[in-house]
Amino acid sequence: MLTITNLTANAGGKPILKGISLTVNAGEVHAIMGPNGSGKSTLAQVIAGHPGYEVTGGSVTYEGQDLLELEAEVRAQQGIFLAFQYPVEIPGVSNAYFLRAAYNEVRKAHGEDEVDPLEFLDIMAKKLKVVEMDEAMLQRSVNAGFSGGEKKRNEILQMAVLEPKLAVLDETDSGLDIDALRIVAEGVNKLKRPDNATIVVTHYQRLLNYIVPDFVHVLAQGRIVRSGGKELALELEERGYDWLLEPAGASA
Amino acid sequence: MSSQIESLVNKEYQYGFVTDIESDAIPRGLTEETVRLISARKNEPQWLLDWRLKAFKRWLSMTEPRWPNVKYGEIDYQAQTYYSAPKSVKPLQSLDEVDPELLKTYEKLGISLNEQKRLSGVAVDAIFDSVSVGTTMKEELKKHGVIFCSFGEAVIEHPELVQRYLGSVVPYSDNFFAALNSAVFSDGSFVYIPKGVRCPLELSTYFRINAADTGQFERTLIVADEGAYVSYLEGCTAPKRSTNQLHAAVVEIVALDDAQVKYSTVQNWYAGDKDGVGGIYNFVTKRGKAFTNSKISWTQVETGSAITWKYPSVILQGDNSTGEFYSVAVVNNKQQADTGTKMIHIGKNTKSTIISKGISAGHGQNSYRGQVKVLPKATGARNYTQCDSMLIGNQCGAHTFPYIEIANNSATLEHEASTSKIGEDQIFYCKQRGLNAEHAISLIVAGFCKEVFKELPMEFALEAQQLLGISLEGSVG
Ligand SMILES: Nc1ncnc2c1ncn2[C@@H]1O[C@H](COP(=O)(O)OP(=O)(O)O)[C@@H](O)[C@H]1O
Ligand SMILES: [Mg+2]
Repeated sequence: MLTITNLTANAGGKPILKGISLTVNAGEVHAIMGPNGSGKSTLAQVIAGHPGYEVTGGSVTYEGQDLLELEAEVRAQQGIFLAFQYPVEIPGVSNAYFLRAAYNEVRKAHGEDEVDPLEFLDIMAKKLKVVEMDEAMLQRSVNAGFSGGEKKRNEILQMAVLEPKLAVLDETDSGLDIDALRIVAEGVNKLKRPDNATIVVTHYQRLLNYIVPDFVHVLAQGRIVRSGGKELALELEERGYDWLLEPAGASA
Repeated sequence: MSSQIESLVNKEYQYGFVTDIESDAIPRGLTEETVRLISARKNEPQWLLDWRLKAFKRWLSMTEPRWPNVKYGEIDYQAQTYYSAPKSVKPLQSLDEVDPELLKTYEKLGISLNEQKRLSGVAVDAIFDSVSVGTTMKEELKKHGVIFCSFGEAVIEHPELVQRYLGSVVPYSDNFFAALNSAVFSDGSFVYIPKGVRCPLELSTYFRINAADTGQFERTLIVADEGAYVSYLEGCTAPKRSTNQLHAAVVEIVALDDAQVKYSTVQNWYAGDKDGVGGIYNFVTKRGKAFTNSKISWTQVETGSAITWKYPSVILQGDNSTGEFYSVAVVNNKQQADTGTKMIHIGKNTKSTIISKGISAGHGQNSYRGQVKVLPKATGARNYTQCDSMLIGNQCGAHTFPYIEIANNSATLEHEASTSKIGEDQIFYCKQRGLNAEHAISLIVAGFCKEVFKELPMEFALEAQQLLGISLEGSVG
């Protein structure tokens, strides 16, 4: 589904990703872990096509196409979804309106008819259950005045509506209490299908008790320094990241 | 980012075409003779000619206001044409007699003058350059005693009403542009709603400037008699031309006791090109007088014009009267707007609400100028003002000039203001959900303007939202 080869990228003119290679197949769950500032969000944003990050080398192939050639909205329409680490507020635009606009864009891209507000309400009724959210959330402005936990839950609601092929969850667990964490994780699990894949970015092992990964990768200083199965997450929990990091100056 | 969004081609101004039609225009320039000529063309009674001449005399002694926060070159008032009408338009013609070329023009603008094809529930008066082409649904309105016709027709058919109210809210001496309008005004709409009648249709006037180097000086007068209600909407477009054209209109509203008037504008005059060449100079005086227990509500969505200078205002004359002003003003490229309102509290327990949303993009400059004045007898007056600005990009400007004068210490005033910037992150968030940049911007802006859009009649709210999206295209860099 997704093949990343030797990807390098800059943020704010500074090299952040320094040669990432990663293959994700349908049906798989990959966890990307690593210390703060290691480049996890940068990788997620590059996959989603954020124009503020400059790809300087390497390639990304998604479903047989050169992903880097596609506009961010086209990537989204073709099934790439990013649950933001910091979801953005859009005052005055209701969640329901925004979700339906997004849903219809994806439908249009697939040559399907747009749905009207009434049909959409029916669809939403089911989707709200996935994240145990109240209907009242639909009438509030997108993320505006939401608590940290509500914002994260709202991201998963959007994911439930858009049914992506490849979902990238960037620190969706941070800011969640244990109940919210369980609801969000169960939501993600319910959305799992054999033909989709998930990349879970986190720096805590906690979430991985609920969303069990097939592979775990450690990202440090812009490189994947170790990959393994789910037991690697447990090892990291115990030993921290330091043992995987290059000593300063070692590469010089 | 910038290259991505800049490469979104600026959609052409959709209404920029010219109708090829033979016109009867008077010679350029402005003298007393011009005023007489216009009056004669319109077969006006002596009293109206006298009024025009007084206005003209007054205008000669006035100077163009330069206090607005806008920059533009000298206007040569002698280089303009003050009257131009399609030859095919006959006075008091019926809709069946309208020149097919003109019908086509309005079809192209999305306005059907064919009553069968029209949106039900809306009556239209179509003004082309200096004359009204026709008014729809007149018969239906007549059944309710509602008069909706061109100003020219009203002068002939209902002179007593026109004479009684013309200049009663905006005297000809009010300001430079109002005096100019009073001297040379050509056509416009006239509305009278009788006592206790709720106008069964939305009334709407569509203004079109077609001829080159011709100013449009329309005059609209709306009178809602005691207990009456009317909702009125105006729309405006003009061809793309590289010279600036002058539009100096006057709108007067009279809301007698217990009446309600809701006046909405979607202003989409040609704005000039991205370098600021061409476009309409929109210098407009709009004011309403609200008598006891009455309410006047202005809603405006201003997206067009090179320069906008207008302050739809309410004189809260009667006790318990209400004035409202809801405004969205958008400037992109080199557009400049200086707009706002005046709420003059004279009666007791008068109430006013001002919601202003200014959006600045490109090199646009947007100023809100608002006055709240509470006179000594206005015990218990209340005003709420909310003034929000949104900036798109780094080269535009937003300015606010609030003026508050209070001569009665029982008044309650609240003022809120904010400035925000449309962020790359907001746009990217929308794109990540499958919306393109255009759609994202119009959605974010619509959210920002929500409180104003909800005041527009339903049919027009969507149109206004789309219009906003179009005028902001290519604006994020
Ligand atoms: N837009 C940006 N401009 C400048 N530096 C950035 C930007 N985004 C991220 N960075 C820097 O890139 C590095 C990696 O950040 P990030 O990918 O957010 O890390 P993580 O998600 O692993 O915590 C950090 O040093 C961060 O400061
Ligand atoms: Mg991060």
